[in-house]
Amino acid sequence: MGKRVDILRIVDNKPVSPDTFILTLFSESKLPEIRPGQFVQLKIEGSPITFLRRPFSVHDVDYRKKIIKLLIQIAGSGTERLSLLKVDDTLNIIYPLGNSFTLPSESMKTLLVGGGCGIAPLLFLGKYLKSNGYTPDILLGFKNSQKLIEYYEYKKLGKVFLTTEDGSAGEKGFVTDHSILKLEKYDKIYCCGPESMMKAMSSWCNSRRIQCEVSLEHLMGCGFGACLCCVVETIKGNLCSCIDGPVFNSNDLKW
Amino acid sequence: MVKLGFNIGDLHFKNPVLTASGTFGYGSEFDDFIDISRLGGIILKGTTFESREGNPYPRMAETPSGMLNSVGLQNKGIENFEKIIYPKVKEYNTNVILNVNGSTIEDYVALADRISKLEKIPAIELNISCPNVKMGGMAFGTNLKSAREVTRKVRSVYSKKLIVKLSPNVTNIVEFARAVEEEGADSVSLINTLLGMAVDVGKMQPSLSAVTGGLSGPAIKPVAVRMVWQVAKAVKIPVIGIGGIMNTNDALEFILAGASAIQVGTASFVDPQTSVKILEGIETYMSLKGFSDIADLVGYINK
Repeated sequence: MGKRVDILRIVDNKPVSPDTFILTLFSESKLPEIRPGQFVQLKIEGSPITFLRRPFSVHDVDYRKKIIKLLIQIAGSGTERLSLLKVDDTLNIIYPLGNSFTLPSESMKTLLVGGGCGIAPLLFLGKYLKSNGYTPDILLGFKNSQKLIEYYEYKKLGKVFLTTEDGSAGEKGFVTDHSILKLEKYDKIYCCGPESMMKAMSSWCNSRRIQCEVSLEHLMGCGFGACLCCVVETIKGNLCSCIDGPVFNSNDLKW
Repeated sequence: MVKLGFNIGDLHFKNPVLTASGTFGYGSEFDDFIDISRLGGIILKGTTFESREGNPYPRMAETPSGMLNSVGLQNKGIENFEKIIYPKVKEYNTNVILNVNGSTIEDYVALADRISKLEKIPAIELNISCPNVKMGGMAFGTNLKSAREVTRKVRSVYSKKLIVKLSPNVTNIVEFARAVEEEGADSVSLINTLLGMAVDVGKMQPSLSAVTGGLSGPAIKPVAVRMVWQVAKAVKIPVIGIGGIMNTNDALEFILAGASAIQVGTASFVDPQTSVKILEGIETYMSLKGFSDIADLVGYINK
């Protein structure tokens, strides 16, 4: 499957919380096949302090409309610049990059677990699972109700369970504290969010022999395996999160 | 048609655009983006005799107009190269050059000797300037005596083209260029990264696990152009310019200052098509300026 450098046009840039926005990008040509979990590298023009590209996982894809959506949290000057872009501005993009989440085996009960902006790849994954005949449950964790994003989008996919750290929405606590984990038996869990959350979730899964795939966010130089900067320590040695990941079987990670 | 070729001794390069080691993987990472066979040559990533895991994450920090890296020569060693990589890269219709590293002089010699047997590798780039390894690397390239010794000993076992990659982390790079030329180097390439450091103020710790790393990207270009200009006037062997080349204009700066060829490095991370764009840009520039042979541009400002 080919990676390409392309110029995409912004057709929407919509804030979804005070520090998070959804960038919708339109491609003149046919979109390449993108798999859930894959990411894009955006070039941010016009500033010497945003020299390298920024990686973002794909939040949603519409092949018919030739658009992709990225859910982005403002974390620094690069993402801040992106948040200020207007409709009809263009972005230089390299995509699709990285590996992807894998389909569960038949009859597996699946759960998508996302924390904060880390929920980004799970919408696309959820739609993909659904189109393949699965009905995933969804467990989302946020700091507080103000940070709660995209709830209704996920609700279209299946049952959504919520936690917030202060209890202002859903159950109080972290995702690993949610009561659904005691009530329901899952066979495969897909997880993306802050590293501490993914560690907690994967050790919860590992101790119960539940399959767990996590999508890591590592600092990247290139995004396509040339710079060897985004290495992840695994039982198979140092792997690049850009080509061997970003999705890893949590059992393979040394964390 | 303009003449773009140049030679290192009797080794012909069809054009002066090469890719810098450590920024171009083993080539295949770029197959989706460019036709590698269009390039004058590719310098494959730094290889050592034994496999190396490199330094722990984080190994990279973005800095204004550049980046720091402390990858630490992660590679799977020469045996893996011979078995897995070489059968693929030998199919590229360009000069495929391997960047050679070691912790000891014996390592460099053993590796060079082994590579000399690979028919389709017509040259090596001797890396005596990697700042990210505890043993060897830059230690050889910042001490005149050891730079001479490693060049001499590798020369004695390696009869194909020997390019020595110089470190900018020295007071007078010209001395090093002259020294390796005297010891039989066929070409020098410069500059490797500048030793640098960044601190993560939020986390209150060094940005890199290895604390220091090599600075690359456009931030270092003026330093690199100056060093290439100094070295090109001082040696007779071809000089290959490296350091922050992002576009045609940058490449031409090096050529006009005396470089016979250039290597595109960090720019390939940002735009993997940079090398081919520069190649096309140089042709356009020559036509516009009325030059038919790139040799007439090399060191033009010194004439």
